Amino acid sequence: MDDLKHRLLDEFQRDFPLTPRPYAELAARLGVDEALVIDTLRTLHAQGVISRVGAVFRPNTVGASTLAAMAVPDDRLTSVAETVSAFAEVNHNYEREHAYNLWFVVTAPSAERVSAVLGEIEARTGIAVMDLPMIEDYHLDLGFELRH
Amino acid sequence: MGLDDRDRSLVAAIADGLPFVQRPYAEIGQRIGMDEDEIMTRLQRMVADGVISRFGVVVRHHELGYRANAMVVWDIPDAQVAEIGNRFATFDFVTLCYQRPRRLPDWPYNLFCMIHGRQRDVVLEQVEVLARECGLTDVPRKVLFSGRRFKQRGARYDAKDAELTVEALS
Repeated sequence: MDDLKHRLLDEFQRDFPLTPRPYAELAARLGVDEALVIDTLRTLHAQGVISRVGAVFRPNTVGASTLAAMAVPDDRLTSVAETVSAFAEVNHNYEREHAYNLWFVVTAPSAERVSAVLGEIEARTGIAVMDLPMIEDYHLDLGFELRH
Repeated sequence: MGLDDRDRSLVAAIADGLPFVQRPYAEIGQRIGMDEDEIMTRLQRMVADGVISRFGVVVRHHELGYRANAMVVWDIPDAQVAEIGNRFATFDFVTLCYQRPRRLPDWPYNLFCMIHGRQRDVVLEQVEVLARECGLTDVPRKVLFSGRRFKQRGARYDAKDAELTVEALS
């Protein structure tokens, strides 16, 4: 990865300028043209390396969310995962190495809707959903430091 | 810390992030009928109030080569969980750290932390470091590496008047 890409990924994960031409501010700090910053970010976004330039909301400040897990028989995992992913309220959905092998995050406007989604998933799959809402957050999200 | 309707409309409008144009806030404003100043002021307030925990480039670990993604779960005595949680958060390889409820008898673990690494053995060694340095070598724990990634994106939904994006565990 070239140096400009690396610095764009590493140095602007927070405190992104809230000024009319933010990419020009990045460009000034990096010593390059605004157009090159915009172009490089667009490329990184198209490649899926960045999901967006924008806001990360603190959990449960805007809407409600929970982490949920299911113990799915191996031969059903792909199809159950598809059922879960089909809900717009599900954003992250991963296989993990445990008897509880399917883990996903549900986010919705209200706690009631989160519960309803979990209930619908149970009804459609016939598999219990373990609901593990956050009680306390100990780690302020400061972004992800890239190591060389 | 409450959000009004205009905040919610703005939250929805930035769900996919800022556009890659010279004046991204002005462009967002055109979509929802706000001027650039109002957009920036509202975002500044949400950052100051802690509704937005960070504003900037959101990277995807997997695409950057961080594919050893471990959720490490611990069964910590309730009286110690805050102390240990705060301690975990000081280790630079810990990305997130949350207390969650136990679900007995199936699930005894109440403290969750995420470690994103390039190599599995390095992550396992980092888990050992946490256990040793926090005096938890005898505490039950499990390391759940991720396998297939079925879905990953900022959350969104079509509520009556708002979409939003919340990044949680990844």
